[in-house]
Amino acid sequence: MYVAVKGGEAAIDNAHRLLADRRRGDRDVPALTLDQIAEQLALGVDRVMSEGSLYDRRLAALAIKQARGDLIEAIFLLRAYRTTLPRFGYSEPVDTGAMLVERRISACYKDLPGGQLLGPTFDYTHRLLDEVLDGDPAVDVGLQRTDAQEPATHIADILGAEGLIEEDAPAAASEPGDINQTPMEFPLSRATRLQALSRGDEGFLLALGYSTQRGYARSHPFAGEIRIGEVDVELFVPELGFAVPVGRVQLTECQMVNQFKGSAKVPPQFTRGYGLVFGQSERKAMAVALCDRALRAEELGEEVVAPPQDQEFVISHCDNVQATGFVEHLKLPHYVDFQAELGLVRNMRAEHEAMSGSEAREAAE
Amino acid sequence: MNAQQRTSTYNFAYLDEQTKRMIRRAILKAIAIPGYQVPFASREMPMPYGWGTGGVQVTAAILGPNDVLKVIDQGADDTTNAVSIRKFFERVAGIATTTKTSHATIIQTRHRIPEVPLTAGQVLVYQVPNPEPLRFLEPRETETRKMHALEEYGLMHVKLYEDIARNGHIATTYAYPVKIEGRYVMDPSPTPKFDNPKMHMSDALQLFGAGREKRIYALPPHTQVVSLDFEDHPFEVQRFDKPCALCGAEQVYLDEVILDDRGNRMFVCSDTDHCESRRAKGYRGELGGAQ
Repeated sequence: MYVAVKGGEAAIDNAHRLLADRRRGDRDVPALTLDQIAEQLALGVDRVMSEGSLYDRRLAALAIKQARGDLIEAIFLLRAYRTTLPRFGYSEPVDTGAMLVERRISACYKDLPGGQLLGPTFDYTHRLLDEVLDGDPAVDVGLQRTDAQEPATHIADILGAEGLIEEDAPAAASEPGDINQTPMEFPLSRATRLQALSRGDEGFLLALGYSTQRGYARSHPFAGEIRIGEVDVELFVPELGFAVPVGRVQLTECQMVNQFKGSAKVPPQFTRGYGLVFGQSERKAMAVALCDRALRAEELGEEVVAPPQDQEFVISHCDNVQATGFVEHLKLPHYVDFQAELGLVRNMRAEHEAMSGSEAREAAE
Repeated sequence: MNAQQRTSTYNFAYLDEQTKRMIRRAILKAIAIPGYQVPFASREMPMPYGWGTGGVQVTAAILGPNDVLKVIDQGADDTTNAVSIRKFFERVAGIATTTKTSHATIIQTRHRIPEVPLTAGQVLVYQVPNPEPLRFLEPRETETRKMHALEEYGLMHVKLYEDIARNGHIATTYAYPVKIEGRYVMDPSPTPKFDNPKMHMSDALQLFGAGREKRIYALPPHTQVVSLDFEDHPFEVQRFDKPCALCGAEQVYLDEVILDDRGNRMFVCSDTDHCESRRAKGYRGELGGAQ
């Protein structure tokens, strides 16, 4: 016998208890430490920091542990935490030209000032499972150069000397747009779009970027330069009258060099797509750069023909915290709406039956 | 219900005061222009987008220590997400909660309006998934905002007309569009159209929060809310053949409950508080058991 549904509260408590149990798994297996996650699953941690838009390795590791390795859930945890943090100012623009690079490559020149530095990359590894890693084999320490590093000039500066590539837009004099503090209203400025892309979902942007390579909004990209390394973050302190460093962050920067036919006003020159993300995430930075270039279609007078060029399409759907929330909300009860639709379908079926009945009679007569 | 011990590591009602001020400004603007969607800088909340973050932010911004909060989902206080949101505010605001519609000062809802008319001083906060009534006719925000600005609602009427041409009646059963004070066409959130007339000239303040879409809109008390229709096809609400099987209520919205795998079913009040109050007063439906 049915009596109005009760017990939601107890059911939730029990579900959370079971979740905690499953998260911990077999108690005979030692629990993961945050250091282990931050050190040995570092690229996962980087993705969570980048898309969670909070640079804190320990918290990102904690989020990954709490989320049982579900990175989008971990990103969500980090975002929900960062929203409660006070905002006390904007840093000075970071100087990626002065980056302490660990990796820096260019696909445009065989050699260039600062050289090609491969750094810790999966590129050129053979993707063969290494059973040795089932244990804890001794690992050699990476080699470090001892001589001073030649400054790694940005590729844009090299091409720019000849006027072959568009110049950087002048830095905004006022405070930058901020997608957290102001409601997003279309059309968005490039700076605001880049903020949204930087924390957009890696998979979504990867697929969109890929589609530009397959002919949807083709932009003939060259990986002008990719660099990974640490930069100083400085904050201008009015009381002191100068900027002081508040810490360092690891960044991945990608400069795509793209063709441009030129227009009546501008002679033919290369244009640029740009991607900058927290941590080491080359795939993401490259995808952002491809999408950034595609989204500049209108600015450059190109025809808008494909989804990657459409800011409302790309920016409104690139945030995985929003996307996962809304897709998964379909799990919530929809009894009353479903009831309304049930009633409608029953009515329409009754009408349909009545009508086909009378048609059958007419046919018989 | 007594106020619970609140978690002190967060500000009262979770959001910081700057954020609350930003949201209150959006709410005030929304009240000043009934039915107009005000953009606001929606924050990430500790529950997923699509699960009531807009409603939660609005509630957090207007909640005071003396408020009594009721949260319903599908009309019920005990559905899992309603429980979760109620617990959230107990934890971060330490306020009193209730399931009684008449005791509440703020009612946050998803998909229903309580059966008992709301009174002056009460605030009904709706969780809204898609605030834009024109969205499924025109996917672009830049276009729909223009259409609202120019009061260009022809497309909506054409859609409703096409329904009639195809089906003989308007085939929209929930999120049925309404016009506010003869100006803005508004999405009433996915409440069944049964509830639309309750919005009209309500004594309560009605606030709508869409977190993912970053919009707030409002109906101040005593606002005219008219469901779109045609002279020869007037707006009608759903009717049920039977009264509630538990409390015998008529002219209320009912949920269908499947009883077994042989097609037996019963219809019960979707508004659980309404049903319980009636049964407490001795009303019984056909399956409500003896008194």
